[in-house]
Amino acid sequence: MEIKLTLNGRTVTDHIDPGLLLIDFLRDHGCLSVKRGCETSNCGLCTVLMDGKPILSCSMLAARADGHSIQTLEGLQEEAADFVGFIADQGADQCGFCNPGFVMNTIALLREIPNPTDDEIRAYLAGNLCRCSGYDGQLRGIRSYLNSRKG
Amino acid sequence: MEQRQYKTVGKSIRKKDSMQLLLGKPVYTQDVVPGNALVVKLLRSPHPNAIVREINTVAAKKVPNVVDIYTWEDVPQTRFAIAGQTYPEPSPYDRLIIDRHVRFVGDVVAIIAAETEQAAEKAKKLIKVKYDLLEPVLDFRKAKDNATLVHPEEDWFPPCEVGGDNQRNLVASGQEEHGDVDGVLASCDIVLDRTYHTKAFNQAMMETFRTYTDLDRYGRLHVVSSTQIVFHARRILSRALGIPKSRIRVEKPRIGGGFGAKQTAVCEVYPAFVTLKTGRPAMLIYSREESQIAGSPRHEMEIRVRLGASKDGKIRVLDLYTLSNSGAYGEHGPTTVGLTGHKSIPLYTGSLEAFRFGYDVVYTNLQAAGAYRGYGATQGIFALETTVNELAEQLGMDPTVLRDRNMVKEGMVMPAYYGEVANACALDRCMAHCRDMFGWEEKYPVRDMGNGKVRCAGVAMAMQGSCISSLDVGSATVKLSDDGTYNLIIGAADMGTGCDTILAQMVAECMDCSVDDVAVFGADTDVSPYDSGSYASSTTYITGKAVEKACTDLKKQICAIAAQMMGCAEEEVVFESTRVRRVNTDQTVSLQDISYKAQLFNDQVAQATATHTSPVSPPPYMVGMVEIELDKLTGQVTILDFMAVVDCGIPINPALARIQTEGGLVQGIGHTLMENVTYDAKGRPMESSFLQYKLPTRLDMGKLRVEFEHSYEPTGPFGAKSIGEIVINTPAPAIAHAVYRATGVWHRELPITPEKVAMTKPE
Repeated sequence: MEIKLTLNGRTVTDHIDPGLLLIDFLRDHGCLSVKRGCETSNCGLCTVLMDGKPILSCSMLAARADGHSIQTLEGLQEEAADFVGFIADQGADQCGFCNPGFVMNTIALLREIPNPTDDEIRAYLAGNLCRCSGYDGQLRGIRSYLNSRKG
Repeated sequence: MEQRQYKTVGKSIRKKDSMQLLLGKPVYTQDVVPGNALVVKLLRSPHPNAIVREINTVAAKKVPNVVDIYTWEDVPQTRFAIAGQTYPEPSPYDRLIIDRHVRFVGDVVAIIAAETEQAAEKAKKLIKVKYDLLEPVLDFRKAKDNATLVHPEEDWFPPCEVGGDNQRNLVASGQEEHGDVDGVLASCDIVLDRTYHTKAFNQAMMETFRTYTDLDRYGRLHVVSSTQIVFHARRILSRALGIPKSRIRVEKPRIGGGFGAKQTAVCEVYPAFVTLKTGRPAMLIYSREESQIAGSPRHEMEIRVRLGASKDGKIRVLDLYTLSNSGAYGEHGPTTVGLTGHKSIPLYTGSLEAFRFGYDVVYTNLQAAGAYRGYGATQGIFALETTVNELAEQLGMDPTVLRDRNMVKEGMVMPAYYGEVANACALDRCMAHCRDMFGWEEKYPVRDMGNGKVRCAGVAMAMQGSCISSLDVGSATVKLSDDGTYNLIIGAADMGTGCDTILAQMVAECMDCSVDDVAVFGADTDVSPYDSGSYASSTTYITGKAVEKACTDLKKQICAIAAQMMGCAEEEVVFESTRVRRVNTDQTVSLQDISYKAQLFNDQVAQATATHTSPVSPPPYMVGMVEIELDKLTGQVTILDFMAVVDCGIPINPALARIQTEGGLVQGIGHTLMENVTYDAKGRPMESSFLQYKLPTRLDMGKLRVEFEHSYEPTGPFGAKSIGEIVINTPAPAIAHAVYRATGVWHRELPITPEKVAMTKPE
């Protein structure tokens, strides 16, 4: 089948197998930041934005993105660069495999709740697993970014 | 303690790859290899113990885009082990690439190579297998001398003598004793005899196992793998495939987590075999389910502790026996078990008069275990520390005070730790610091919150090692680059831990330059100097020392070139960061000019490689304290506060040391409260996905607090010991202690789920 969508601001038209998952479509189109960590919608690694809202690209058919706008970390480099340095300063990037999904969801969080409390951050990002960092370093990074913005 | 001032060591510098990782750049195995590789899939056994009587691939091979399918008849018949260990490995050679005898649910029956994933999956369903079912050994307590043999084969081969016997289902066995254990036990005022059970917890690193292979421009087998052990992987592949090591090159890109899982060559042989057969690039990516059921998890163990003490709280004797379940294959079986005793008993060196440590490691028809952060110490420390907490409760003593009286202290000889001296040991200071910061006096008493919930606290100590002493080897090459900067080339594997950065900090410290002026490359068997790999907490301690040595040599070389340039003797010049100066003169040459000179009419090398090994493995130490809130109705345990104070010697990068600690604590919390491993009656694993295997989320770990008590380890680089593994060891005993305080029940089996807490009444 044919689908047409906006991928990181560019119009993309492609013939796809109806069963193709969005994550595989995105990786086939060079969006290698999108990672698969499970097959059961449990890890959050494959988070991308559809029409600005975070979704799990492993649990959605590419066909459903037809007519929509998809953004991956490749398309949001500047918005991410604004805050990820603060996470790097904590050393909380670690192996990095969960970072793109976590960063995408953090972008969604900061758009939706510009000044979140720590509990709001934890709750919003609860679906993004990380096995390395123990999560606190990621929280400290986001918190110090928010503090720097106030300063 | 020695106090030294460093410029770069001891600073929280960003990981050199941080921004690449955080911005989602393509740096992992699947991102960096060509897209034209054959898709490799594995057909796995649904039975725990069976012989493949007949396997028919005719229909499967007819699926369009299927290139080939391989069965037990197609593979070499040389047994090998996939444990990443220094040769000769303690792990028995008990595997074939595909064995006609399948030994666990998930064992490989066929390798499928196809142009597309869909074709491979379709073919997998069309392979027809007839099995002769055998009685499985599913209970590791009944495995030793069972009538059913997991490895009856005659070519089973142990490269090292470790007390194994395949005719008894034994991977390894042994015992050691120091002092008169039975005599001391008989004279003790109080003897506790307790048995503990821990499960085969999964590393669950976010990037599953994966390997890409092709033939390089010289026709050699080129392997790109998510591995902690490039050199061991090359040796393993050589034996398994029957080709010389010189025909193999293994490299690792960035790794999406390992925690020991990737210290075993879990999946490398399959795509490598396909590439050798077809001459084509091949790629195997394990699904999460495969990583859960056919990976390399922690060894399930049952540990019996007998502890003898005097009534005034002197721990006089310890007797530990560990039964370890290695599963269907023996990887890391003989070695992990050793740590259950060697990395727990020495904690009580202070008062111990005698100890005994015995063990059996058995085969069963369950998933083979491997290396997981903590490597046996985690299990042993859960058992011993819980027993010590029970002693304190029985004696009515504060458990921190009980430990003050018995713990190992700096300068002591540790008979239970190969007779090593505790050169650097701040365990006593860790305890005092933790007690203060945590607020032990207030939090230890049980507080009824009036809503069916109680709050209380628990404590535990831990130790680990900093390498495998007198065995493993680390190396580093440091070379002067064109513009007066440096290249550092290593064979150790940064799996997210930050060792590339930490080792670069050491170069920067030695060469008095910025970390930005050190470019790091690792790891590639064709390029890197030999290194055992990143495991056993050893990279900072062993490879770090090699970096220090290499820098010393390089400095001499740079001075020699500079002396020649200035027309004087080498003894007359001094290295000064960006230049070399002739002493007592203003004559200098810049590092950049020296590097140009090194390339022009020059016969003096400006590149040093050094190798290091250590006869000792200095333990890091730590204390963990936890405050929980326990709901008596539901059994829900909520972590409120986890305080850890760690003595890792001098932390090279405190931010990274802190993250290591926090990450280890949360993994430990997961194993204690929610991660479980169970099998059905037919040996099928129940927790085969993240739906059932529950990792802690960021809502599950409460407030973490991490502090350091410095000690200075004279044999380590810049006084450093290790931190990678020890940090996983305190949550289980500390939480089990707190749960006892709240409920009056000692939970001696992990995990301690809400169901168990709610349903178990005090004895």
